[in-house]
Amino acid sequence: MNLVLVDDIIARYRWEKAAIIAILQDIQREFNYLPQEALTYAASRLAIPLTQVYSLATFYRAFSLKPRGKHLITVCLGTACHVRGAVRILEKLERELGIKAGETTDDMRVSLETVNCLGACALGPIVVIDGQYHGQMTSVKTDSILKKLRKL
Amino acid sequence: MVSLTIDGNVVQAEERTPLIKIAEKLGIRIPTLCYHPALEPYGTCRLCTVEVVKKGRARLVTACNYPAEEGIVVHTKSERVIKARKLIIELLLSRCSKAKVIQELAEEYGVKEPRFGEGDEDCILCGLCVRVCSEIVGANAISFTSRGIDREVSTPFHIASEECIGCGACAYLCPTDAIKLEDIKGTRKIERWDTSRPLQRCSICGNYFAPVAQLEYIKNRLNLPEEIFQNCPNCRRKSYAEQVAALGHI
Repeated sequence: MNLVLVDDIIARYRWEKAAIIAILQDIQREFNYLPQEALTYAASRLAIPLTQVYSLATFYRAFSLKPRGKHLITVCLGTACHVRGAVRILEKLERELGIKAGETTDDMRVSLETVNCLGACALGPIVVIDGQYHGQMTSVKTDSILKKLRKL
Repeated sequence: MVSLTIDGNVVQAEERTPLIKIAEKLGIRIPTLCYHPALEPYGTCRLCTVEVVKKGRARLVTACNYPAEEGIVVHTKSERVIKARKLIIELLLSRCSKAKVIQELAEEYGVKEPRFGEGDEDCILCGLCVRVCSEIVGANAISFTSRGIDREVSTPFHIASEECIGCGACAYLCPTDAIKLEDIKGTRKIERWDTSRPLQRCSICGNYFAPVAQLEYIKNRLNLPEEIFQNCPNCRRKSYAEQVAALGHI
């Protein structure tokens, strides 16, 4: 693992302890997840107890301690999305991808996750694919999105 | 200084003193599982819930972290408080139905069968172990991880922590006895943290008396005589007594 990348990220925030969340976000962007080695290294470089860094990393849904796939699909299961059928969308995705929420396909192409609200309830049900929000999802729309994703 | 009323007693207290401390001085017992006078209040167990009336408005607050304010009226045993406390105990009992301390509280408050099931979890997430490890010991070996129903106390990555010095302060403070500490044949084991630490043998009697890592930790921080790290407290006491006796009558 290239820990110099972690050093670069920390330097960008001037070794500021308070910036730990932003640092973790950048580490995740770099490695696509939070590797144990990177967390341990960042904690020691910033002189923050590893316990604190680990607490943060496991607290936020946006962080993942497991390697994520190349593409990330996040299904919102907030109240508004839920009543508009988000569960059915999620089940369809699980069926099509052959994985459960929180898992990654064996070929490391797609990770499927859920979130409890994205704050865009009017668009519900929402599915986020690689940072792009797809509102008013339907079964048909899910099919076409998966088709596009397979070509990428 | 501010003046406030607790259960009808008008008292003076330093501003911002936690209510639980003032009540204790008055001999009013407020139940708690997560408060310890040596640690920062945390307000997680909610058991110390009391009613505070301020500017004519009454609300439930936790006495361990609610600061003394001028003119407030505190009720620690009002009907509303007891009702709230009963529910808290019922919830705790649902989570940890086998914990003795919670069974005793349930008995005291007349909580019978918890309506929310009888879980066999042993940790109530009071955070005493986490706080003593970081605030007093300074080892930072354990912390809260995850959140919501997955929240638990553990070492980073759930693997044996390098930071743990095996002092056992966590096990000592745990109200539900969820942290088991065992000294077997020169090794201290804390199973919950997946930790084992070799113990130091007393150079006089040969008994094991403290984890080597803990002694090293203290040695690096305090300038203490070497014998403290070599001899067990019993042998040291004996040797000091002998030294005093050797001086004879002064």
